[in-house]
Amino acid sequence: MLLVAIVCVPLAAGLFGAVLPWRRPVGWTMVAANATVFGLGIATAAHATHRHVTSGLDGALRADALSAFMVVVIGVIALLASVQSIRYLEVEIASGEHGARHASRYTFLVQVFVACMLAAVLSANLGAVWVAVEATTIATTFLVGHRGSDKALEASWKYVLICSVGIALAFLGTVLVYFAALHAPGHPRGASVLDWTSLMSASHHLDPGVMRLAMALIVLGYGTKVGLAPLHSWLPDAHSQAPAPVSALMSGVLLAVAFYALLRFKAVADGALGLEFTRMLLVIVGLVSLLVAASLLLTQRDLKRMFAYSSIEHMGLIALGAAAGTTLAIAAVLLHILGHGLAKAVLFLASGEVLVVEGTSEIERVPALLARRPLLGGILGFGLVALLGLPPFSLFVSELGMIRGEVAVGLGWAAALSLAAMAVIFVAVMTRGRHLLLGGRDGTPSATSRLVGIPLVGGLVACAFFGLSAWPLQSLLDAAARVVVR
Amino acid sequence: MSSHPAFDVAELAAGVVLAGAVLALWRKDLRALIPILALQGAALSALAAVLAVSDGNLGLGVVAGVVLLAKGGVVPGLLARVVRADPGSRETAPLVNVPASLVAAGALVVLSYLVAGRITALAPDRLTRLVPLGLATVLVGFFVLVTRRKAVSQIVGLLLVDNGIALVAFLLTAGVPLLVELGASFDLLLVVAMLQVLATTIRARFGHVDLDQLRELHD
Repeated sequence: MLLVAIVCVPLAAGLFGAVLPWRRPVGWTMVAANATVFGLGIATAAHATHRHVTSGLDGALRADALSAFMVVVIGVIALLASVQSIRYLEVEIASGEHGARHASRYTFLVQVFVACMLAAVLSANLGAVWVAVEATTIATTFLVGHRGSDKALEASWKYVLICSVGIALAFLGTVLVYFAALHAPGHPRGASVLDWTSLMSASHHLDPGVMRLAMALIVLGYGTKVGLAPLHSWLPDAHSQAPAPVSALMSGVLLAVAFYALLRFKAVADGALGLEFTRMLLVIVGLVSLLVAASLLLTQRDLKRMFAYSSIEHMGLIALGAAAGTTLAIAAVLLHILGHGLAKAVLFLASGEVLVVEGTSEIERVPALLARRPLLGGILGFGLVALLGLPPFSLFVSELGMIRGEVAVGLGWAAALSLAAMAVIFVAVMTRGRHLLLGGRDGTPSATSRLVGIPLVGGLVACAFFGLSAWPLQSLLDAAARVVVR
Repeated sequence: MSSHPAFDVAELAAGVVLAGAVLALWRKDLRALIPILALQGAALSALAAVLAVSDGNLGLGVVAGVVLLAKGGVVPGLLARVVRADPGSRETAPLVNVPASLVAAGALVVLSYLVAGRITALAPDRLTRLVPLGLATVLVGFFVLVTRRKAVSQIVGLLLVDNGIALVAFLLTAGVPLLVELGASFDLLLVVAMLQVLATTIRARFGHVDLDQLRELHD
């Protein structure tokens, strides 16, 4: 019941938004629905920390600690994004750019998108996970093109085509896993073969030859949705063209949801192949992604594109952390997913506000924000500090944890390469950030809307809190990591 | 598990799917691609239907009907609407010319036989021996996506990848579990419908659907 509610509550709010004409209370319904998901996620997580598995819908939905953790991450970022959506839609309607019907469609699609992500992390069957992840592409395509400009149109074309092809490869990989499981000796047949529990119990008997091919396809396929090289080229376009709250959701959680699927398959493959094979794949895609991000971040002039390339960087770091694969490293990966989600969501939402009040998100044209708009500039400044992995924010702790994990399993060379890429990115982001915040221009300070200020400051405080205190997350992270570590 | 007519239908279906992929590389007239895809859909549906009969699997029978409706009817229909929005459209300048493309297709077929060795080794029978044809279709679909620039060609590339995967799934495991299969078919329909809407909008906005000329978002 609990799990059905988690998926259905945001969906209901979306239907509500689709049939009623857009008003502020409709927006607050959306916020309330996402807050409910967050609350129910915490309840599930509290339960799952003690290794209790919640299930629902005749076992079709299943929440262990890993799923529960993902529900919490989706809930908190959907909450932040939906508050900002109210602001976004009101500005859009006031400017006469689009009408109220556009706003209704937006509300509906965003809530369907959130529900699809929740369904993906709660599905017991790894085939159903695939269906839900592909459904997120469908829900977000028109959101990417929401603004209707030429660029937005081009971005949504690239997005749907590249992601569909990529995720089709993951489907082929899933078919091969299914084939291997059907031919595993002494294994029961039937519709539940692709269930997480039965795959894990059969994983030692899966044919290694088939699993190698399957895992290569799954890393490539789900890697596309994660934004990992080589099929990452849709990401900067889609994330820079989508409305800011949608970018926040896509960058903050959708990438992580796709990575969640990868983690589950990795655990199955590790049983059949040992750690080495998937480790090698993840190290390659992780390092190439870092290289791509570092080389292209140097030339970015647009705030949102800069954040988009930074997402590729962080997904590369997460891939390296997962490659290490120890309990410590996976716990750090999960903490990094949360920290990056919070920081990136805050930054995308703040850049949306920059676009609203300044009319552009080109860094050259919005200098000295700290003097002109102290609160917004401050949020952007602390957000950048968090993103660069400096204390007190949780990304510092999680990056350290991942690097320790990598060194412990003999991947020190990969950790060193990732640190080099991070140093280049540090310089690139600092140069842009200095201009953005300090710039050369003076001006009279103006206030920032409370609707923007309160949630964004809240997001940053949460990110810093998890960097300073192991409570309350540590036991949940440990339990979640043990789900996918043998 | 399967009787002889099932093998014959499977061989014919696999042949039709791969031949369709190679034909798609050969024909520059984009209109000609629509019946090719419809035929592939019908072949896949026939394969699912004979497997359903020989295994006595009712769910697979439902899948056969859905595949016929989706891949044999609705998807080619949507594609026809994209072609109609851009009449007289031909793939005039593919990045790789047609003779070279056909040679590449031959190489991709060889590659699929090499890759599929481990799969056929696990369950060697007359059905799994056809798996390389499905993998080759996936690879040719990829090749079309990479080398062709018209919107229609790109959608065709995606559909070839998808049909190749469907062929592999039917041959290896008689399809994935019913609900997953239905979900996947539904997802594909929506994706193609969205691509059709986007292609029509792009055509109305720019006067063409040549993706080489959409270059605003490059770094």
